[in-house]
Amino acid sequence: MNFHLIYPEFLLTGLAFLVLTLDFFLPEDRKFLLSWVSSLGMALVIVFALLLYQQGDLYQGLLIIDGYAGFFRIFFLAIGIVITLMSRDFVQSNIGNPGEYYAILIFTVLASISLASSGELLTAYVSLEVLSFGLYVLVAYDRYNPGSNEAGVKFILLGAFSSALILYGLSQTYGLIGTTRLDEIAVLLSSVEDISIGMLLGLVLILAGIAFKLAAVPFHMWAPDVYEGAPIPITAWLSVCSKIAIVAFAIRFFTTGIFPVVNDWQPILMVLAVLTMVGGNLLALVQKNMKRLLAYSSIGHAGYLLMGLAALVAVTDEGMFNTDFSHLVSNGLIFHMIAYGVTNFAIFYCLILVYNSTGRDDIQGLAGLSSRQPMVALVMVCSLFSLAGLPVFAGFTSKFYLFNAVASQGYLLMVGVAIVASLISLYYYLTVARYLYIEKVLDESIISVSVGSKCILGVLLIFMVVGGIFPSPLMDLIQTATDSVLKVE
Amino acid sequence: MEFLSFSNPTTLVALPILGCLILLFVPGQRPDLVRWISIIFATVVLGISIYFFIFFDHSEGGKQFVYEYEWLSLAGPWVDSQRAISMSVGIDGIAATMVLLTGIVMFTGTLVSWNINVNNKDFFILYFLLLSGVFGVFIAYDLFFFFFFYELSVLPMYLLIAKWGSSSKFSSFERTKEYSAMKLTLVLVAGSVLIWVAIIAMFVQSGVGSFHIEEIQAVMPDKFSVEFQSSVFLILMIGFGILAGLWPFHTWSPDGHVAAPTAVSMVHAGVLMKLGAFGIIRVGMTLLPEGAQIWMPLLIGLGAVNVIYGALSAMGQTDLKYVIGYSSVSHMGYVLMGLGTLSLMGLNGAVLQMFSHGVMTALFFAVVGMIYERTHTRDSLILTGLAQKMGVVAVLFTIAGLTSLGLPGLSGFAAELLIFIGIFQSYEVWGVILGSLAVIGAAITAVYILRLLSKVFFGSPEDDLSDYSDATLREKFAAGVLVGLILLVGILPFPFVKVIESGVEPILLQIVGAG
Repeated sequence: MNFHLIYPEFLLTGLAFLVLTLDFFLPEDRKFLLSWVSSLGMALVIVFALLLYQQGDLYQGLLIIDGYAGFFRIFFLAIGIVITLMSRDFVQSNIGNPGEYYAILIFTVLASISLASSGELLTAYVSLEVLSFGLYVLVAYDRYNPGSNEAGVKFILLGAFSSALILYGLSQTYGLIGTTRLDEIAVLLSSVEDISIGMLLGLVLILAGIAFKLAAVPFHMWAPDVYEGAPIPITAWLSVCSKIAIVAFAIRFFTTGIFPVVNDWQPILMVLAVLTMVGGNLLALVQKNMKRLLAYSSIGHAGYLLMGLAALVAVTDEGMFNTDFSHLVSNGLIFHMIAYGVTNFAIFYCLILVYNSTGRDDIQGLAGLSSRQPMVALVMVCSLFSLAGLPVFAGFTSKFYLFNAVASQGYLLMVGVAIVASLISLYYYLTVARYLYIEKVLDESIISVSVGSKCILGVLLIFMVVGGIFPSPLMDLIQTATDSVLKVE
Repeated sequence: MEFLSFSNPTTLVALPILGCLILLFVPGQRPDLVRWISIIFATVVLGISIYFFIFFDHSEGGKQFVYEYEWLSLAGPWVDSQRAISMSVGIDGIAATMVLLTGIVMFTGTLVSWNINVNNKDFFILYFLLLSGVFGVFIAYDLFFFFFFYELSVLPMYLLIAKWGSSSKFSSFERTKEYSAMKLTLVLVAGSVLIWVAIIAMFVQSGVGSFHIEEIQAVMPDKFSVEFQSSVFLILMIGFGILAGLWPFHTWSPDGHVAAPTAVSMVHAGVLMKLGAFGIIRVGMTLLPEGAQIWMPLLIGLGAVNVIYGALSAMGQTDLKYVIGYSSVSHMGYVLMGLGTLSLMGLNGAVLQMFSHGVMTALFFAVVGMIYERTHTRDSLILTGLAQKMGVVAVLFTIAGLTSLGLPGLSGFAAELLIFIGIFQSYEVWGVILGSLAVIGAAITAVYILRLLSKVFFGSPEDDLSDYSDATLREKFAAGVLVGLILLVGILPFPFVKVIESGVEPILLQIVGAG
């Protein structure tokens, strides 16, 4: 067994325990060092992961470390570093107990990585549970805040419910075809003409579970409440990391596992996608709280991702799996996820900075931000435009690429709905922009932001712009990553 | 660096962006520095756009100053396996004319915005961003970048209008600038939604895996059926029509133009509305010639409604800016009618009208801006006898007004004459009816323009006008440039027509060949 393959994961686990242990010995006024330990530690793990990079599979294919897994390993570690740095001031001034916070955060990074590299359903389930449990704790981490507690309870109840759905679907699948490995599922499914009702039920349950975790309409009810109650960095983490991890697994699951029965599950995803894009964006129109608004906006974005997933598996006229077209969609999906992730991080970080000094997270509280803190207002308005899909930002290019890819599979009508949904979203993004730049200033106090925070904002902004005008290096990386999932058998 | 070489059209996009970046790092407390940097960039860009117009070889025609750069590879089952979105630019006769117009409006707009005091740095950043988008649309030969720049030119509008604009009070209601800005942005983006759908449909249908207009054009006769062409052309026509002020989708335009600050009204009415008409030519007629033939009667009919409806609405307005806003709707009707003729005369006239109306409207809005800056009102019921104190302003307004009603010797006459001939030539019986409607529109224009002139400038002054000063040297210079062009095109239209014709002819030949 070649354990070299998962050295980075071992190191990451060690890092989490190191942070927990250091927490015992550090005096209270030194605990801010833990954020540096976590972020530098993760940076080191990235270096190791690049140096020790090997491909192969472990435990008879339970874990597949291929280009795809390697890509997402680096990606999750990188966003882990960003979220750690983003949480620094917030944890110190609003929550306390940094030790467990950062350790659990690292565990969620670990879980996301193993989710993206799992080649078997139970491994994926366990990873998903580790991810979810970490998030349950983190959502309720602000112990003395009733909102955070309420969010935690809601999240754990509904999260457990959705996990139960997935688990039931898994057992149904295993009971009927006797395997949980993705490649074996594919072989078995392609040998039958029609799948049984029981198998279909299993698939539907798994899809429903995934939709729950992605907060797709009509399984979205938990999201706004949880997003609103959770500490802001965790809201950001929830809206970025958990979604990307699940979609990363879903891409592998659909293209190597259940692609032979694409006609059975594709309509479900298409309906979900249309409901989610339209529903999420319509509900966002009436929100007053910035976190709730972003919750609905990220539901809307989950709709675009679901649309990509629905169009992911292209079948040629002869009934073969057409990897060429799938490439276009999977590249678009990953590109859009990354663009969405960076943009969401940027906008949440702006919100964190405002909250740190004013304690407000409603839209009204952002009024006149352009004069109170121009840099934050600039980054915020750029991220709003990026989310709305306007050039020169990453959101435009990635949306165009994704929509174009989906349309190339022949779903022009669904793309039309998506484009209209993104027109709806422009209204509420512009409303926020109006508060930032035009609305009368009631509270003229200056919001001070440290140089370090400005650097992070600047880096996020640069990524947003570069993703929009010069995406080809990123696209080459994505292409190599998806090559290993979509390899022609 | 090839990227920034002088004869590379990308410079037109890159320079305003460079200006934005430099301004971003200029401290906001130094408004004068901001102004000088802006004017330097605007002058250089004007110089380059004049260069492209003069050195465009109209006897050769076609696409010149070509530059291509492979931007993003597209995976997929294309004919030659690996395809890419490429940054592909070039200038043809139509684009050369439009680029010149944009350069001039940008330059004069910068001069007119000299007195903006509130956050003038942010204003110029957004203004340059807007213009780099406009230039991009005119030079792009790739549908992705065409759309990229098209959206880029919409993006800054919201903030520009909502922050630096002005609200209008009516007797029974108030139209706030925030309302107008939101309306304009949403309606325009709704238009670009349609364009986006059409672009993706054409990409998918062509199956070449490229957004390059010429590559799609090459396979178009085989791949695009008549039904496909006719349905997609209708979508495109409405999408671009929204930006061109096509009736009944024009309502954003008067509201938006009135609320916008002077320079933005100049760019928006002068150049941005032309993007719509330009898009119909560059994308619609080039890629969907049969669709164009099917829908052109509708376009010419709606254009006629535009002319009459816009002129009648303008007659009912008292706010000077609303009068000009509606007259823009009316004049864009001539452009649409010219496109609808599908004849060489008509199309030449349409593009010349785009140019002429751009210059004329810019002059109009600049003059109204001067009046508003001094009197703080635009109400023609209050303003009287301004000519006594503001002689130069009155002369400028008169020239713009006379151009608007099509006085021979000024640019509007040449353009409208070509359009009228085109209409009469291409639609026999209907041509007479539509042509007469167009001429009636010009007559109505004369009514409202002359009425305004006699009241606002040459009436007997009721109030004390001694506070009002005439145009400053800077304003005179900006307006003088525009007046010079109006006269130049009016007296010597043929150099312009030749350049335009070299761009229009191949497109027209393709349409006639297809039918």
